[in-house]
Amino acid sequence: MAALECRGVTKVWGESTDREVVALQDIDLVVGRGEFVVVIGPSGCGKSTLLKLLAGLETPTAGRLLHGGQVISGPEVDRSLIFQQPSLYPWLSALDNVAFGLKLRGVPRAERHRQAEEFLRQVGLREFARKHPHELSGGMQQRVAIARALCVGADTLLMDEPFAALDVQTRYQMQAFLLDIWHGTGKTAVFVTHHIDEAVYLADRVVVLTARPGRVLDSVSIDMPRPRSVVGEAFERYRALLVERLRAEVARAFQEQELVEMLDTRIK
Amino acid sequence: MIEGLQAQPAAAPALPATTASRARARSSARIRGVVVAGVWWVLSIGLVVVAWEAAAALHLIDPVILPPPHEFIGEIRNQAQFLMPAVGVERTGANFVALTAIVASVQRVLIGLFLAFVAGVLTGSVAFSFAIVRKLTLPTVTLLAPIAPVAWIPLAIVAFGVGDWSAIFVVFVGIYFTLTLATVKAMTNVDPVYVDAARVLGARRGQIMRHVVLPAAIPALFDLVRMNLFGAWMGVLAAEMVGVNTGLGAIVMVGRSMMNMNLTFLGMAMIGLVGYLLDAAFGLVQRRVLWWRRATEL
Ligand SMILES: Nc1ncnc2c1ncn2[C@@H]1O[C@H](COP(=O)(O)OP(=O)(O)OP(=O)(O)O)[C@@H](O)[C@H]1O
Ligand SMILES: [Mg+2]
Repeated sequence: MAALECRGVTKVWGESTDREVVALQDIDLVVGRGEFVVVIGPSGCGKSTLLKLLAGLETPTAGRLLHGGQVISGPEVDRSLIFQQPSLYPWLSALDNVAFGLKLRGVPRAERHRQAEEFLRQVGLREFARKHPHELSGGMQQRVAIARALCVGADTLLMDEPFAALDVQTRYQMQAFLLDIWHGTGKTAVFVTHHIDEAVYLADRVVVLTARPGRVLDSVSIDMPRPRSVVGEAFERYRALLVERLRAEVARAFQEQELVEMLDTRIK
Repeated sequence: MIEGLQAQPAAAPALPATTASRARARSSARIRGVVVAGVWWVLSIGLVVVAWEAAAALHLIDPVILPPPHEFIGEIRNQAQFLMPAVGVERTGANFVALTAIVASVQRVLIGLFLAFVAGVLTGSVAFSFAIVRKLTLPTVTLLAPIAPVAWIPLAIVAFGVGDWSAIFVVFVGIYFTLTLATVKAMTNVDPVYVDAARVLGARRGQIMRHVVLPAAIPALFDLVRMNLFGAWMGVLAAEMVGVNTGLGAIVMVGRSMMNMNLTFLGMAMIGLVGYLLDAAFGLVQRRVLWWRRATEL
């Protein structure tokens, strides 16, 4: 059964203004329950926009989005989004940030702190519970954000380049941690990344978007047993395939960008 | 192996020792910084005092109009009868009465600012939340905001008579409209990702307002209160000079009307000192309680 469905989804930002941008066009995408889908595509192709639509933070210009067969009409706690940019509350400690969703639900203080502490421990930041976001590195902040999303117990995790700021070592750790959670709980995951290795390592299926306006260019199932190794012939084959797909799109995006700039300078 | 065992206990305490000594070095550097700054303060003020005293001693200035510092500060001892209008504090000696005037003025500023802050943030929040309220009130508020606190004094005295409340009203009304505008602006400028994050975590409208928009906006509003502190201070002093017959502003005027410039200068010195201390106290609150704005701006 499908957990998430996009049916002919189009998103236009700033519609009928002079700054109209078609971010997504005619996206058809079905994510199965418990499936781990990774979305890749050139910068600016609408990946973040897609996640915001799935989270219910924005409404599509055309088309329908469904979650468990129900039309998505707004944010729900069972679909959690981890943002691309820092989104922790600077006035709350790491612990209170993680516990924030529980606080909104009226969970008593001691109980929500107990649960939040457990998630902080899982992302390896238990000793940092009392620190505030500005005292944490960018990667640590992102791990707190992951703990915050997990703490509300969503069954669908939408993640927008959550590991982009992490060093290689921590990134591997967090990937393994994420797979553990996903495996152990049967959560559905939609994960955006720029790293092709990460995509191949994590995904059941990699969805490649075209340059703006984003359409689904290709959908590649990764048929490799888990736990996966990042070396070996199968891994390299998938990697090469995705790199090839992306390279053509990125080149097209660049050409388009140059063309726009050229026209701009002409007009000036 | 034996060597290894011996080496360990020697190496272990070495680490805390270096961090401790580094911390000590850092705090002694800070103390040195404070002392150096203090020396410059003393030098700067000392220079003015010495020049003033010298000019008086050489009869270059008239000590009746410009009494030298040692005279007007010495005045504290025998000003009891002029500083009589005591507000709440028992008059047990002359010093205490000067203190009374300070207490009266400071109280008025702080109460006025506090009421304006609460009312401004409340009104601003309502205007931010409801478009109709915003559209109906903001144009008027925008026109009232630039009226400086002192400009409200005549109305205050007519409406509230010569008492605490007219001084408080001057501060309140002089800041309230500005703060209402600033609240709407600060709340509009809250990073949308903070609001989106709360929505994803299941926050309702009221919860977003209380747990996200308000804490995100408050440091900017407190900045504004601090910037308006001197305006409020001026408003209270001016009100005390022209009608409200107690407080530091009144002392300065009493000195003038009795041609006792020692008293006037004593009042002026206290106005400067207290104004500075108030600003410093506000700065402390900003750093200690509302630190997150600065921390995130870094
Ligand atoms: N809130 C918004 N208002 C107007 N335009 C927007 C908004 N958000 C995104 N856009 C535009 O939509 C397009 C897609 O943006 P989006 O952030 O979804 O791209 P992305 O694929 O996530 O890029 P990146 O890989 O750089 O994060 C861009 O051209 C962007 O300028
Ligand atoms: Mg993005």
